Amino acid sequence: MAQGPDLILRIDRLDPGGGGRPLFQGLRLQVPPGQVVALIGPSGVGKTTLLRVLSGAERRWQGEVKVGGLPAAEAPVPGYVFQDARLLPWLSAEDNLRAVAPGLSSDRIAELLREVGLSGQETAWPHALSGGMQRRLALARALSVHPRLLLLDEPFVSLDRAMVRDLQTLFLKVFSDFEPTVVMVSHDPEDAARMADRAIVLNGRPARIVADVTLPGRRGLRSAQDIARLAADLAEAGAPADAAT
Amino acid sequence: MNRTRNSAAGAAPSGWTPFRLAEGAPAARTLPTRPDLGPRWLELASLPLLLVLWQVSAAIAQSRFLPGPALVASEIWTLAREGTLVGDFAATLARALAGFVLAMGIGTALGIALGRTVWADRLFAPWVVVGLNIPAIVVGMICYISLGLTDFALILAVVINKVPLVTTMMREGVRALSADHDELAATFRMPRARYLRLILVPQLMPYLLAAARAGLSLVWKMVLVFEVLGSDGGVGFRVGLYFQLFDMQGILAYTCCFVAVILALEYGVLRPIEGRVLRWRKDRT
Repeated sequence: MAQGPDLILRIDRLDPGGGGRPLFQGLRLQVPPGQVVALIGPSGVGKTTLLRVLSGAERRWQGEVKVGGLPAAEAPVPGYVFQDARLLPWLSAEDNLRAVAPGLSSDRIAELLREVGLSGQETAWPHALSGGMQRRLALARALSVHPRLLLLDEPFVSLDRAMVRDLQTLFLKVFSDFEPTVVMVSHDPEDAARMADRAIVLNGRPARIVADVTLPGRRGLRSAQDIARLAADLAEAGAPADAAT
Repeated sequence: MNRTRNSAAGAAPSGWTPFRLAEGAPAARTLPTRPDLGPRWLELASLPLLLVLWQVSAAIAQSRFLPGPALVASEIWTLAREGTLVGDFAATLARALAGFVLAMGIGTALGIALGRTVWADRLFAPWVVVGLNIPAIVVGMICYISLGLTDFALILAVVINKVPLVTTMMREGVRALSADHDELAATFRMPRARYLRLILVPQLMPYLLAAARAGLSLVWKMVLVFEVLGSDGGVGFRVGLYFQLFDMQGILAYTCCFVAVILALEYGVLRPIEGRVLRWRKDRT
């Protein structure tokens, strides 16, 4: 019954600048399959860099990173949602999906777009979509590679509150439907308290894990009071205080 | 925001007073979704207007040095029937096309190399500046003196003159490439060919088209000048002959055909390509 970890992260040293004070040193993390992990911490602590390491795009580190038993760079392509939608403006919505997954059939594209609430937008240019729709399309693109690992880099940044709530509901549905292992970066402990199974708080330079909390209750079903309380606890544990307010 | 929507739908919630503009306050204006380009007929009327102005000027001047459009048209017809017009244009077009293709290819490759490699840019950027500023006629003379009055020398002179311009424009295009899109490609592990086709080329395309448009007019003019300078055929050569004879009708006949070819290229080739390649841009949809 017991399953091994889906994600093994052991970073002995990561120094993107080279020769300076490392961003990470002696970082250890294991994530079981299907778990939603929120990485929170102040700006500049290295959260996005850590996602890049997990995606296999960042290679200037020493240690071991395994996804599904394979080195990160050799593991299947992860789904990745950037801070901005980062769509290719010269490609239509469907071609943005095909850009990362060329073999996608039209039916599968329609299904993915329906999944993220963009039915019928196959031929739309990105600039014709609202900010929220662009994020949805970015999520569909991430899902188009059938990801075992879904990496989310502050997916709700720069969006208004109503749109954030909409997207959070959508992401929670995607987590349940596709059951990927998720690592979600956020500067806001509330995001973690609402959406994650587990929260990891990073701080310092080199960054270290100052808190690793398995969040009580089921993600997406926690009450507003529970979320507020958990967010406050996480903020206290090392997340930026202003983000918790 | 919701209030405005409700009001617009004519379903104001109870107990809610809609906002009202004060008396005399200017009404809110809707921002245009695309710039107002004016009526289409203005563009269609542009060239006929030029012809009318030409005809009126010729009628007023009554000089053999300013023949009207009708006289020039009859001269074009005569030259076309004699066969010289087609032969001259074929020679000039072939030279311009060869110079254009070579210059675009070499300039694009150099621009990408200089844009991508800092040390190469440091080393060769002054060369580009020198190339941009050497007078075209000087390059033409040097090539003719060194290589003789040959087509090869003419095309080489065109290429030398045009390459720095293309290089500069493409280098700027490469410098403006989005690092975010590179990161996207790396994260989703796009193969090199797909990266080039879907990420690199589309970003460079506006610069390539701008270089092509600027380059085409430059190449035409240079080919004509070099043909006047030393050639045994072509539009420039023929215009040079007419110049020696003070034959304004012949000069204008060739000039009009030349302009017609340029317009055909602009509206028949460049604009359709541009429209297709850049159709995704906000200002075009």
